[in-house]
Amino acid sequence: MTAESAKEFEALEAQARALLDLFARAGYEPVAPSIIQPAGMFLDRVGESIRGRTYVFTDLAGDELCLRPDLTVPVSRLYLERHPDAETPARYCYNGPAFRFQPQGRSRTRPREFRQAGIECFGVTDRESADVEIVSLAVDAVARAGLNDARLRFGCIALFYALLDALALPERWRLKLRHYFWRPPVFHALLTRLAKGERPDENGTAASLAQSLADKSPDEAEELVAAFLEVQGLPLSGNRTLGEIAERLLDHAADLRSEPLPKEVATVIDYYLAVSGPLPEAVERVALIAKGAGLDMATPLDALACRFDRLQESGIDLDEAMFATEFGRDFEYYSGLVFQIEAPGNGTEPVAGGGRYDGLLEALGAPREVPAVGAAIHTERLLAAVERGS
Amino acid sequence: MAAKLTIAVPSKGRLKDQVEDVLRRAGLILRKTGHERGYRGALEGLDLNGLDLDGVEVEFTSAAEIVHLLRTGRVHLGITGEDLVREMLADVEATVEFLNPLGIGRADVVVAVPDCWLDVVAMADLEDVAAQFSRTHGRRLRVATKYMNLTRRFFASHGVAGYRIVESVGATEATPAAGTAELIVDITTTGTTLRANHLKVLRDGLILTSQARLFAAREATWGPEAAKLRDAIVAKLPA
Repeated sequence: MTAESAKEFEALEAQARALLDLFARAGYEPVAPSIIQPAGMFLDRVGESIRGRTYVFTDLAGDELCLRPDLTVPVSRLYLERHPDAETPARYCYNGPAFRFQPQGRSRTRPREFRQAGIECFGVTDRESADVEIVSLAVDAVARAGLNDARLRFGCIALFYALLDALALPERWRLKLRHYFWRPPVFHALLTRLAKGERPDENGTAASLAQSLADKSPDEAEELVAAFLEVQGLPLSGNRTLGEIAERLLDHAADLRSEPLPKEVATVIDYYLAVSGPLPEAVERVALIAKGAGLDMATPLDALACRFDRLQESGIDLDEAMFATEFGRDFEYYSGLVFQIEAPGNGTEPVAGGGRYDGLLEALGAPREVPAVGAAIHTERLLAAVERGS
Repeated sequence: MAAKLTIAVPSKGRLKDQVEDVLRRAGLILRKTGHERGYRGALEGLDLNGLDLDGVEVEFTSAAEIVHLLRTGRVHLGITGEDLVREMLADVEATVEFLNPLGIGRADVVVAVPDCWLDVVAMADLEDVAAQFSRTHGRRLRVATKYMNLTRRFFASHGVAGYRIVESVGATEATPAAGTAELIVDITTTGTTLRANHLKVLRDGLILTSQARLFAAREATWGPEAAKLRDAIVAKLPA
């Protein structure tokens, strides 16, 4: 339903007015960022997986542009335009179209043009309060729109990072696992490879060079790489520095000589990522896994529990709420608590979702990391769910 | 009279000459009809066994346009590169039938990185490099190519996701040295151009071995006479 009939259009408009009104009364300033956005911003942040679903085009001046596939990035850019130093807290709300190609074909709940209504909260350093505020407001908005039996699903990216920090791991593997968390199809294969102690490639130039670098400092390794390239007559190109090439060769050398990842460590990670179930049991299960492995995860677990307590205190019903450690792995800019609101009988298509994304603004040009959290409502799906329920 | 079968062939460049050669060796002559710079033609030399010689119409057009014509079924047959067919068609098998390979226009579509990347030998290295690159440069690796779809599919099948494509229509092999991309996906025949630009093909970086082929469009209207004419052309060409 992309407002294709007058009646649908009016129903969506009425719903959007009510949502924006609620957001504005909660202190969120209405903004309207451009529909046409520079494609590079999105492609650098979310990569080719979203490009396959984004309407990307080149205009007559040769600039690569896109129809925004999402409003969080455009609203974040708008914030940075107004506050380049990112020091002023700001709360924005919006309602407007976003566009995604639907590879399986368009449908009523998967339109290629849909309207997103949402809220974003920037620069508020009390992260706990901001998280609670955003989840509460999103739940309130959906309820006021007439969806009575919505269910909440939570995840937490920071909790996975905390797990990796607590585990005894070489730093190079920690970085690798952090990165591969966002690549679910290959994450498990990587874990298996590390646990089996498979050697990265023992023959060839890379391996022999890596062996000759073993025990060298990064600076020495860099000099050796520079000398090798010089002798071979290979110019540096492709924007990677000597330091980066040397760093990976040193990692390679370390991998060749290191013991495999302990089986227990791989098992803990597997167990952790399998946790999925109702609150609060699912979070307690994470605590049990941590305790069993002798890991101190009290701080991030307490932080999570505090948020859930405060949500309940503010009147949010968490009896039906679910928590899954895997949830949120498909949006690379999330960094903390993530959530979605599901309508009954709606399958895998949530009516709203959001979370914390503290790294995004820096990637978009802010001088440092900026606390940010937001939520967006898929308004067509919300209206459809409300109509189904009535 | 109206043609029973239309075949599209390349209208320019080396591929045009090579196609004419292959057809000539098979006893088939491409002949322009109308003026010399026109885009219509006829095919001579078929064993027609009573079929209508005027039944075959030739359309001269670009190799990429031939893929579009095949997709929409506006021609029955087309001669073009397999790389373009696999790049431009979402569902290749359902759209075209692979007929005779012609042994010309041979090229490999490969993933190539700068020679100086001593730490990178295989596709599995790319995601690690992407992670490192994003930590140090704050952005994704850029892959210059004109094969957006082949690249996406191949990278996905190797679990590589930390990249973005920059479309390149010419001199792709120069982009890493120019700094507008970090690596490339491009065609190569002998590897000379890649070497001259200080690029190396990854050990498992061969995406496709391509050559020019005769393709049939499944969407075209295949009357009995069109089918017979197709069989006659297929029979003439080396299998």
